Amino acid sequence: MTVTAPGKMYEAGVQAYAATYWDPGYQPAETDLLACFKVVAQAGVPRAEAAAAIAAESSTGTWTTVWTDLLTDLEHYKGRAYRIEDVPGDPEAFYAFVAYPLDLFEEGSVVNVLTSLAGNVFGFKAIRSLRLEDVRFPLAFVLTCGGPPNGIRVERDKLDKFGRPLLGCTIKPKLGLSARNYGRAVYECLRGGLDFTKDDENINSQPFMRWRDRFEAVAAAVRQAEEETGERKGHYLNVTAGTVEDMFTRAEFARELGMPIIMHDFLTAGFTAHTSLANWARRHGMLLHVHRALHAVLDRNPRHGIHFRVLTKALRLAGGDHLHSGTVVGKLEGDRQATLGWIDLMRESSVAEDRSRGIFFDQDFGHLPGMLPVASGGIHVGHIPALVSIFGDDSVLQFGGGTLGHPWGNAAGATANRVAVEACVLARNEGRDLDRDGDAVLREAAGHSPELHAALQTWGDVRFDFDIVDKLAHA
Amino acid sequence: MHAPTTRRYGTFSYLPPLSRAQVRRQLQHIVAAGWIPAVEHAAPTAAPAAYWSMWKLPLFGVQDADAVLDELDACHAAHPGHLVRVLGYDPRRQTQGLVFVTHREPAA
Repeated sequence: MTVTAPGKMYEAGVQAYAATYWDPGYQPAETDLLACFKVVAQAGVPRAEAAAAIAAESSTGTWTTVWTDLLTDLEHYKGRAYRIEDVPGDPEAFYAFVAYPLDLFEEGSVVNVLTSLAGNVFGFKAIRSLRLEDVRFPLAFVLTCGGPPNGIRVERDKLDKFGRPLLGCTIKPKLGLSARNYGRAVYECLRGGLDFTKDDENINSQPFMRWRDRFEAVAAAVRQAEEETGERKGHYLNVTAGTVEDMFTRAEFARELGMPIIMHDFLTAGFTAHTSLANWARRHGMLLHVHRALHAVLDRNPRHGIHFRVLTKALRLAGGDHLHSGTVVGKLEGDRQATLGWIDLMRESSVAEDRSRGIFFDQDFGHLPGMLPVASGGIHVGHIPALVSIFGDDSVLQFGGGTLGHPWGNAAGATANRVAVEACVLARNEGRDLDRDGDAVLREAAGHSPELHAALQTWGDVRFDFDIVDKLAHA
Repeated sequence: MHAPTTRRYGTFSYLPPLSRAQVRRQLQHIVAAGWIPAVEHAAPTAAPAAYWSMWKLPLFGVQDADAVLDELDACHAAHPGHLVRVLGYDPRRQTQGLVFVTHREPAA
């Protein structure tokens, strides 16, 4: 029905949402932004009405008719719920697909998209729980976004590293070290063979180590390790701060020091601050490592929140060169198939719908380069064959405790990880199956590397075999 | 003039020097991936530089790992004190799919 039909009269009152916002015959346009929500409605609310309510409240509608509805062309601007599907294994929930016209969103602003799609509608009383499962950003919107400041190829060129995963380490203890002692830990890791070390996300500029002191100590460590090894090195200098002004001051200082990479927490800092920082990084050719504190608050509950694949897409549009992805095998949550799905969303230029990996829509990333997935959290040398198999070369494998906890210290821990990665890549290139032969490959490499031998003796049997909370729902 | 003994040379430089058979298998991987093999060399003190000297143009059209091995040996014989590396140019992704040093020791 068309509200702008000639002779249409204003009738005050409340209408069913479905009358305006449920349109099962609708064929989405190429330029529509599409969303898939997992919905659990309150008892007695029909699925079509719940889906229409979501479409309405996240686009043009509100709870009652207003006279100013008649001053615009709702047919042009309204979101439309156009499909409903069962959720395999959850009879209470269903998927609602909504199409939004492109004109509802400001160009280049993932902030605006999330404010609409993940806004008031998530607190709507008629809905018991709601999860934004996936979003198809139309190419017309993608082309208005800046995207990763450098991308995978440019990063490899800058760092002169080809044909293997990159290696990192988060410096621990994460809080309490002085700048000089912190720099020592960085130097030992880098000279031992890692490509990167990382500030823990909790490190900003606390009284025990102010940011400027840390940046200077770390820069000295990076330069010294580069001179000794002849390899390019970096440390993710965390520029996350309480204000945007402080964030930029820190980023500028990292650049003055000649450091190749900085780090930012995009969710706790917010998409506006992050998008500005990504634009700055793009202007200056600075690599941007992105951490995801807060993500599990948003994405771990299978029935409510925002799925990580949506946060991944939003970040790729706003801009980042690295993004933490989970490890599958380490201490943190992550279903294998779902993880493969979102690492595709980080790296590939287009990704096809694939329900077995939780991908609900085809997604074309246009000109945007890819981001390196970062596997971090409770991983050690014993996991390296599986990590190389899952993540391939275009990834960063990051071992914190798995480097620093080596019985002989950081440099030996770094060497053990580097030897293990190179041995696995060599074997894989020769056609060996790392999922089957991984342990043998590591044992052989340990024969010529005492550092790897000691690491395997320390951690060889440590596993994290817990049930996954957020399993992929597919038939 | 010698480079510091702490110097490393990228991928596979934390493994013991690769045997001829191991190098050959990596070359097979490069050609099987559709990458273009190329040979480069540098004096040890110049190794941290991004650009090494090219040994001929990239070996366009070469599908045979042994032919690449012959070029690596010829480069090494012509520049006995130099490091020699092989690259696999990936023209589709516009990057280098693999780069590693094949000759770290001076030629006998």
